[in-house]
Amino acid sequence: MATVTLKNLRKSFGKTEVIHGVDIDIQDGEFIVIVGPSGCGKSTLLRMVAGLETVTSGEVGIDGRVVNDVEPMERDIAMVFQNYALYPHMSVFDNMAYGLKIGKTPKSEIETRVAQAAKMLQLEPYLARKPRELSGGQRQRVAMGRAIVRKPAVFLFDEPLSNLDAKLRVQMRLEIKALQRELGVTSLYVTHDQVEAMTLADRMIVMNGGVADQIGAPLDVYADPQTAFVAGFIGSPPTNFIEPALIGQTGAAQIGIRPEHMQITQSGQVEGSVAYAEALGAETLVHLRLAQGQMITVRQDASHPIPQEGDTVALEWAAQSLMRFDQAGKRLAD
Amino acid sequence: MEKRVTFKGIWLPILLVAPQIIITAIFFFYPAGQAIWQSLYIPDPFGLSMQWVGLGNFEYLAGDPYYRTSFITTAIFSILVTVVSMGVALYLAVLADRLIKGSGAYRTLLIWPYAVAPAVAGVLWLFMFNTRVGVVAWYLGVLGYDWNHVLNEGEAMGLVVVASAWGRISYNFLFFLAGLQAIPKSVIEAAAIDGARFWTRFRTIVWPLLSPTTFFLMVVNIIYAFFETFGVIHTITSGGPQQATTILVYKVFADGFVGQDLGSSAAQSVVLLVLVSILTVVQFKFVERRVHY
Repeated sequence: MATVTLKNLRKSFGKTEVIHGVDIDIQDGEFIVIVGPSGCGKSTLLRMVAGLETVTSGEVGIDGRVVNDVEPMERDIAMVFQNYALYPHMSVFDNMAYGLKIGKTPKSEIETRVAQAAKMLQLEPYLARKPRELSGGQRQRVAMGRAIVRKPAVFLFDEPLSNLDAKLRVQMRLEIKALQRELGVTSLYVTHDQVEAMTLADRMIVMNGGVADQIGAPLDVYADPQTAFVAGFIGSPPTNFIEPALIGQTGAAQIGIRPEHMQITQSGQVEGSVAYAEALGAETLVHLRLAQGQMITVRQDASHPIPQEGDTVALEWAAQSLMRFDQAGKRLAD
Repeated sequence: MEKRVTFKGIWLPILLVAPQIIITAIFFFYPAGQAIWQSLYIPDPFGLSMQWVGLGNFEYLAGDPYYRTSFITTAIFSILVTVVSMGVALYLAVLADRLIKGSGAYRTLLIWPYAVAPAVAGVLWLFMFNTRVGVVAWYLGVLGYDWNHVLNEGEAMGLVVVASAWGRISYNFLFFLAGLQAIPKSVIEAAAIDGARFWTRFRTIVWPLLSPTTFFLMVVNIIYAFFETFGVIHTITSGGPQQATTILVYKVFADGFVGQDLGSSAAQSVVLLVLVSILTVVQFKFVERRVHY
């Protein structure tokens, strides 16, 4: 149980600065997701909190204590790695008990805690096995079990689901969320998958090129993106960006409209021809080519007729769903 | 799907494997066979005739106190060489593994001794420790230590061990470094977060994960100490003083080519052959069980 504070946190590798100052106050028990494309510095940020990377400038605070120069083992954290980082020569039990054994926890206590975690994660039948005898999902659970048994103040997750297949990822995502709710441990979770970010986060940090573009609750970020990057990154399919002149707008460098906020009609604000339509069952993604050759995606639910490829159709949208951005990608007031 | 290359006819494949087979046959199988055959005979002093003695040569060896001493010498020698060369190599590899800048240069420098032939290495060490002109021996003398490996058995053993281990460190270093670098960094980081400090991490994570490398090196180093150290011993001590550094393979040479007792020499090489086979089997059977692949 702890708060985590980042104050103007910066990181440079040699002369290249990769994290350009991140500030956030994380409440006790909060689930924070750091999301962004690869190379945006999200893993580096997490590793600085873990103590696996040095802090170039700024402050990392855990529970009110500045831990910049504190060794990882003394930060009272646990981390789940992308490749699980299980100890290949140890059984599942030993993997989970490793940290406790080093901490000189009494043997009976170790056994109780590991048994509890194993029950919670449905790992009981596998305690004697080696990691290589487990499936990807089970290894993932062991990695989480190893984090849980130590009862740390903060959980750190570094893309824990990216090595799993799509179906398992959805299942594990729910389990992680449920587990975090149950344990109430402050968590930082790094992912490049915006769906994971949306579903897991109490608040999320959207990183772009070493800068925290926006910090906020998932729905707020979705509804009110502060930069063109955030608008494009959060939401699937991504936001359409249109030349302002094309739709008679001025004063903005680009206009963003989410695919789900557009409707195909007989007459509307702009016309395009249907390049192809992807019918997914519950919804259909219609890809249109505008007059200038620009591609736009419209998301409509299955009740609407699916347009034929090559048809010319018109698009319309509600005025309040327009998002206006300046040259630098900053959101302009409506 | 297995991809198979097929040759038409039989001559090309035979031609391709012939060089290796011929070399193995001429330089390994033929001498080994001859050794086994010779070990059953005693030649006369002029090498003109041979007398069948059956297992007589072996019976004589079994009762020979010098031969028994040579066994112990060999055991001490090979254990020391293996431990010293692997220990130093592991230490250097751990240091080099932590290095980020300039590890390439260290690696190159550390591999150099491997390129030095054992006999040359022996001579190098001999000159350094020579009782009359050796630099190290002279400094030891200044410090008040009277170094004389020509007379002192312990010092002689120490010197051949160091000289033999030295060239071997490079080889072991390379394998240890590769082994260390094959351990995923995140596993080490996970252990660090779990609370393990450097030494605990090394003992509980790195060492077990390194065990396949260690095991392989152990087998290779013991075989090296058994056979390939001949040059070092020949140049530095010639097996002396008082046979203190006469390891089995040196005794084969000394008895056969210096003492001209070819029958006994052949019998000794047969014993060596059997011994190494047994050692290797034992190592694979018992040590490998504790190895985590």
